[in-house]
Amino acid sequence: MNTQPTTAKRPLLPRTNAKRRLSKDQLLAFLFLTPSLLLIAVFVYGFIGWTGYVSLSQWNSIVPDLSWAGLDNYVQLFQTFRFQADLRNMVVFTILFIACVIFLGQLFAVLLDQKLKGESLFRNIFLFPMALSFVVTGVVWRWVLNPKTGVNLLLDDLGWAFGWYTDTSVVPGWSLFQIEFGMPIALIAVIIAAVWQMTGFSLAMYLAGLRGIPEELREAARMDGASERQIYFKVILPQLKPITFGVIVMMLHISLKIFDLIYTMTGPGANFVTDMPAVNMFDTTFQANLYARGAAIAIVLLLLVAVFIVPYLIRSRKGEA
Amino acid sequence: MKKKFSLWTVMLLVVALLLSACGGSGSGSEDASGDAGDGGSGKVKLEIFSWWTAGGEADALKALLKGFKEKYPNIDVVNAAVAGGAGSNAKAVLSTRMQGGDPPSTFQVHGGAELFQWVNAGKMSPLDELYKEKSWQDKFPQKVIDMNSKDGHVWGVPIDIHRGNVVFYNKAIFEKYGIEPPKTFDEFFAAAEKLKANGVTPLALGDKNVWPATMLFENVLLGTIGPENYAKLWTGELSFDSEGVRKAAERFKKMLDYVNEGHSSLAWQDATQLIIDGKAAMNVMGDWAEGYLVSKGWKPNEDFGWIESPGTTDDFMIINDSFGLPKGVEHPDAVKKFLGYLGTPEAQAAFNEIKGSIPANTETDMSGFNEYSQSAMKDFKAADEKGTLALSLAHGSAAPPGFLNQVNTAVNMFVTQKDVDSFLRSLKQASSQLQ
Repeated sequence: MNTQPTTAKRPLLPRTNAKRRLSKDQLLAFLFLTPSLLLIAVFVYGFIGWTGYVSLSQWNSIVPDLSWAGLDNYVQLFQTFRFQADLRNMVVFTILFIACVIFLGQLFAVLLDQKLKGESLFRNIFLFPMALSFVVTGVVWRWVLNPKTGVNLLLDDLGWAFGWYTDTSVVPGWSLFQIEFGMPIALIAVIIAAVWQMTGFSLAMYLAGLRGIPEELREAARMDGASERQIYFKVILPQLKPITFGVIVMMLHISLKIFDLIYTMTGPGANFVTDMPAVNMFDTTFQANLYARGAAIAIVLLLLVAVFIVPYLIRSRKGEA
Repeated sequence: MKKKFSLWTVMLLVVALLLSACGGSGSGSEDASGDAGDGGSGKVKLEIFSWWTAGGEADALKALLKGFKEKYPNIDVVNAAVAGGAGSNAKAVLSTRMQGGDPPSTFQVHGGAELFQWVNAGKMSPLDELYKEKSWQDKFPQKVIDMNSKDGHVWGVPIDIHRGNVVFYNKAIFEKYGIEPPKTFDEFFAAAEKLKANGVTPLALGDKNVWPATMLFENVLLGTIGPENYAKLWTGELSFDSEGVRKAAERFKKMLDYVNEGHSSLAWQDATQLIIDGKAAMNVMGDWAEGYLVSKGWKPNEDFGWIESPGTTDDFMIINDSFGLPKGVEHPDAVKKFLGYLGTPEAQAAFNEIKGSIPANTETDMSGFNEYSQSAMKDFKAADEKGTLALSLAHGSAAPPGFLNQVNTAVNMFVTQKDVDSFLRSLKQASSQLQ
């Protein structure tokens, strides 16, 4: 992306020679890009358009029915208890998940940055969970946090048995519309699993960022009499802001679209305490054959992701220019 | 900036690769089923689609396919089973394939509303001739043929009949506390109270997938309002806010006070396991639970007993698996041969003995079946004569999937909130999907 020649640079090159070579290069580039552009146009943007169209239709049985329904599907969707619970869960999950991933990633990166022996071993240990798919993570953590097996066998002996993902309570549970607002306790188990999986990613990002900060900055701070603590909080961490921003964007779209972890670990959960829009979409579309309503969920998800990702894209474009 | 960006790109690529790897494993089963049968050139390929992938179900399917291969060595049978709880994944794959014009040669479907949605969509071919040729009209019970008939045609060949209203119980626990198996709701609650006082969980439930809870509710419903009124619910003659349904909801609520902790994290097998472990006394389940108990070395009438769920002594909640002939398959004649074989007494015996269900063909020799299946067969015949067979809602026979999905949602909420009024309101609201 950043190696693309800009108009400002072009006149610097020898004119005649460059023009022919560039146009040849450009031609080649176009040749190589066109097929994938066409495919993306059809299979990404075309299908998004198709999904949008379906979401406005009356296709709510196994037989396609594309007659116009307007916003009916959306109105009905937001009235269902399940979708309201989904939105609550999504907000709670997203905030806690991202906060934990950033905090733990930063903490581990700073610790690893202390030039300790066997650093690469530690790095691999922390990065390994990332190599797994969420499906595996879900199955493993489902077992670990099962009220009758895993860590609970140990906690049971100490008298601290915990329900983990079987607890259906919502704290503090203010009722609004049909649902209870607050923190669904069962969601904590899911957040633990998701954080376990993704902390390695944020650690890698932060570590790379830390390594990118020139040693001279620290030296200078030390010369000014700053303590190691002050150096971290006043000099180094502020430099990592763009990385934090990147991690947030990456984690945001993972958490908004999360499906496989929930599907394998808990399912919707009693009273939908661990349900997410993507799981709801799968059930609505393929179990109940409510295709139009399923498409409406997909579009709502897309819009939610867009709300967060588009500003980032705009920002990164500005950064390039 | 440059460095960070290349790292970014690498990270993105890694994530993209991981994601595509996950996606690949999901669709792998489809690919495998498509390629598996190409070996025998010149042979006709037949793809049998189901969600029988594990335990007794998978073994039963294997026995069935083996018998078919021996009879028709020239037909290549591909077992295209898709794994996933209660067919959830299989149904998703099936709708995609059917709508994409790539139907499997034949597929497993529950008789009743689940089959009819394909019939209504015009995706199935009628099987009237096959029925005539094999004179099945006299061999299958009328009610089962009805479950597979619509608009004057037959669309499915029944392979098995399951019973949905059974309470399996741990005999040792019942003997220890001197409790008789409960026949009515009063007896059930008295027994439950006694068990609870002795520190035994009275009722095992595993509703990680919501259907076992829906199944418990439909049993209470049947036991409370009786098979006639129960049937009227699906035709709209009886409303979901009627007195009987309210009473059933209240009984259902009371029952939930006696179930095990953490039930929403358990599958139905886990609930049955609680009975084996002696941690719970009773489990309301279909008779596939009997297959599970036997597979764990338990003997019918020795280690475990069974009785109809409270209030349904004369009733038989019926769940039936059928296979049909989708339109546009490559070798309809071969499919008809397979369907013809499915209905024969020997195929039904081979399959059902292993699966724990009872055969749909009344001419099947029952001597190889165990004590439980024999008693289920007797009850089925009695209920068939009395006209007290009831269609299961939880398994898609009584009502279309859109309605069932909303009932599952309502039950899922009810299990925690226990709010009878809002439960009935959701059911009533969902019934607009029935027509």
